[in-house]
Amino acid sequence: MEKFIKLTSTVVPLPIENVDTDQIIPARFLKATDKNGFGDNLFADWRYNKDGSPKTDFVLNNPKYSGSILVAGKNFGSGSSREHAAWAIDGYGFKVVVSSFFADIFQNNALNNGVLPVVVSADFLAGIFLNVNENSKMTLTVDLENQTITNNANGKTESFAINAYKKECLLNGLDDIDYLLSKKDLIEAYETSLK
Amino acid sequence: MKTLFDKIWDAHVVSAVENGPTQLYIDRHFCHEVTSPQAFNGLRARGLKVFRPEKTTMTADHNTPTINQDQPVKDPISRNQLDTFAKNAADFNMPLFFPLGHQKNGVVHIIGPENGFTQPGMTIVCGDSHTSTHGAFGAIAFGIGTSEVEMVLATQCILQSRPKTMRITFNGKLNEGVTAKDLALYMISKQTTGGATGYFVEYAGEAIRNMSMEERMTVCNLSIEMGARGGMIAPDETTFAYVEGREFAPKGEEWDEKLAYWKTLKSDEGAKFDKEFVYESADIQPMITYGTNPGMGMGITDSIPTLDQIDEAGQISFKKSLDYMGFEAGEKLEGKSIDYVFLGSCTNGRIEDFRVFANYVKGKKKADNVIAWLVPGSWMVEKQIREEGLFEILSEAGFELRQPGCSACLAMNDDKVPAGKYAVSTSNRNFEGRQGPGARTILAGPLVAAAAAVTGKITDPRV
Ligand code: SF4
Repeated sequence: MEKFIKLTSTVVPLPIENVDTDQIIPARFLKATDKNGFGDNLFADWRYNKDGSPKTDFVLNNPKYSGSILVAGKNFGSGSSREHAAWAIDGYGFKVVVSSFFADIFQNNALNNGVLPVVVSADFLAGIFLNVNENSKMTLTVDLENQTITNNANGKTESFAINAYKKECLLNGLDDIDYLLSKKDLIEAYETSLK
Repeated sequence: MKTLFDKIWDAHVVSAVENGPTQLYIDRHFCHEVTSPQAFNGLRARGLKVFRPEKTTMTADHNTPTINQDQPVKDPISRNQLDTFAKNAADFNMPLFFPLGHQKNGVVHIIGPENGFTQPGMTIVCGDSHTSTHGAFGAIAFGIGTSEVEMVLATQCILQSRPKTMRITFNGKLNEGVTAKDLALYMISKQTTGGATGYFVEYAGEAIRNMSMEERMTVCNLSIEMGARGGMIAPDETTFAYVEGREFAPKGEEWDEKLAYWKTLKSDEGAKFDKEFVYESADIQPMITYGTNPGMGMGITDSIPTLDQIDEAGQISFKKSLDYMGFEAGEKLEGKSIDYVFLGSCTNGRIEDFRVFANYVKGKKKADNVIAWLVPGSWMVEKQIREEGLFEILSEAGFELRQPGCSACLAMNDDKVPAGKYAVSTSNRNFEGRQGPGARTILAGPLVAAAAAVTGKITDPRV
């Protein structure tokens, strides 16, 4: 897993609430047996017409917007447990997703793939949508070490929460499996205690 | 004083990470073809074996056809995924592998309980969010992502932060003609899709106690649709009677020991939940959804909310949703013509759902304008449908039975509802495109689905 420390980037705004994992990556794209290539089908049904041509009114097809931070409306990532949603977001090139609320499983899946979900207040989120509307080149700075996010257009900073263990993992690029494998003796001891 | 959740969680803690999550031991892992290939590849890349192969049950269900299962799967990419699944089972010496056509094959959350893999007091995970279904037995059961599937395969453990607890109590009895699905859709419409995020929910109250195991599974299944990590119901005589005698359930002395333990699995009097809600069962009517998330539900005779009833931040999504569905704010849906009916999925693909459906359509005829997909959740359900004579009733009314699988619940196979068409579906998600690109899903229980199938319209099954 790649390390995540600090990032300043322009943003891609998606001011829609309850974006579910079936929108992030529709089920018909889940037939692959590896993790690559999902980025091309991120938001497929909103992004492409039936014939595969891009829908010009969708934000990912709007050349005005780019960057490695996706900013979405409340309750992002609800629905299925498919980790393909996180792979699609990562594969497209997003490193951070900002919203005022995330669904549980999505949040876990994102963190397990080095994508940082940042929860901000409803006001802060509204501020970003307002600023990016005025200037599509506005930037956000996400500082994991200090757990802060700054809207560089209006100068506002908010701190965000992240579990200390997950923070260590991201800062060092380590994953949970490495950690669990180091605890094998404890697992065997637990199993014996049951007998 | 502990809640049911606390008791089971505490019994499975292997260690706690400093300032971090808990290392939790997993008793039963269910595995299917769509969310597991990358996990097995991960094991290969790290040079690992599966740590406890006998604790993983594998079934192919998500991406499988519901006709001609004895023939090779036509779609080459789907076939590759199924072949990969079989190869992984073989390479890693997995003893519990139920491929297409196997008599124990079926939707993962249906075959687990049916075969006695699902038991009270267990921790259960699967790379599918509706794993919450198994909570009906008084287990901690929740969906996980593929990285976590890899963790469980490699170590039989998972790292989880302890969720908060919630109790939802349903006072009194359900009205005539109201099913467990209606109760759940009612609850989700009150909670909204994010209302229980971060919580594990225990269901309680008279209406829940009176339910069969099948009905309890329907309720727990839908926990995830209000954001909850999982849902659970304290085990009781109904639970024990269901589990006893099933193939993988404990037997003899072991049964007696387990039973004595299971009887201790309930929230202590006075145990504290982080949140509590109480609903009156008498308020619940047969439900349908009108929008594109399961929280957008209403009584079948009600009208869709008007725009001024929706808070401002939600109005864009609300309008987008109604546009997609082709409905107007404030509109009534009763009497609207529909095109498809889907009976099945891990929400309503159990034997009892087929009994309810068959009982309603008995002596009636399927409407000509309706295409009906009746998909049993497993081969065991299929067999029971035949044994109980439901097959004849359904055939006489003009219905056919398909072969088991997830089918139109997520439309990964050919069971796709065409763009713009309306489907009354007993599954769990009405998201845009869930049942096929452009498909319009109206979620409902098996009784409302039966009524729609014979009238061709959204119909109150009570009249
Ligand atoms: S029936 Fe639907 S919800 Fe259930 S396991 Fe299959 S795809 Fe998932």
